Amino acid sequence: MMEVTQKAIDPAALQRSLANPAAGGYCAFEGWVRNENEGHVVERLEYEAYEPLCLTEGEKVLAEAKEMFPYLEARCVHRVGLLEIGDCAVWIGVVSAHRDEAFKACRYIIDKIKVRLPVWKKEHYANGDSGWVNCERCVQHGIAD
Amino acid sequence: MNTAAKKTITVRYFAMFREHAGVAEETLQADVATAHDVFEVTRARHGSEEPNGHCKVAINDHMADWDSPVSDGDTVLLFPPVAGG
Repeated sequence: MMEVTQKAIDPAALQRSLANPAAGGYCAFEGWVRNENEGHVVERLEYEAYEPLCLTEGEKVLAEAKEMFPYLEARCVHRVGLLEIGDCAVWIGVVSAHRDEAFKACRYIIDKIKVRLPVWKKEHYANGDSGWVNCERCVQHGIAD
Repeated sequence: MNTAAKKTITVRYFAMFREHAGVAEETLQADVATAHDVFEVTRARHGSEEPNGHCKVAINDHMADWDSPVSDGDTVLLFPPVAGG
């Protein structure tokens, strides 16, 4: 299930929601707001999303991951709005019968989410400036994480 | 462009495109055949210096390709390079 939310992400509650007696492995990824990018001191991030297509494209990514790495359950939540340093911006959780599918599906989902969902982030810097982050350029230069 | 008739197209701008255009949405009459044509005729509005391959486009809330045809009355969504996660 793909979700977009303006509320703080609660990883513990999300993990509990994936409880499944057939699951032998659980893998999660949390993307956090960090305080630096390309030499700039970042004070906060502003995420914007076009929710209708985030949901449809996100569900496609989850379905692709399930096809390649059959898992039991998976959820992805992306935060929007103004986020502070340390806030969780994106959460992905996958449970599967064995660990391999959970690891691989989780990695596939975050990698595709970053480049396919209509989501943008504006960094607000300590010097008062702000700027939109160009993820495509980051990926090309190998500095995205 | 391979059509002589002008079409009514609603264009929606997001993130940096919206800020550059100063509007989130506008309707234009233009001689356009594809999503790429819409990107080009609005280049001064969205201000992108990127090749459009770095951007994404949707038509009527469905992800599309730059060579997808546009029809009279369509809504074209122009997405700057994305940066989720």
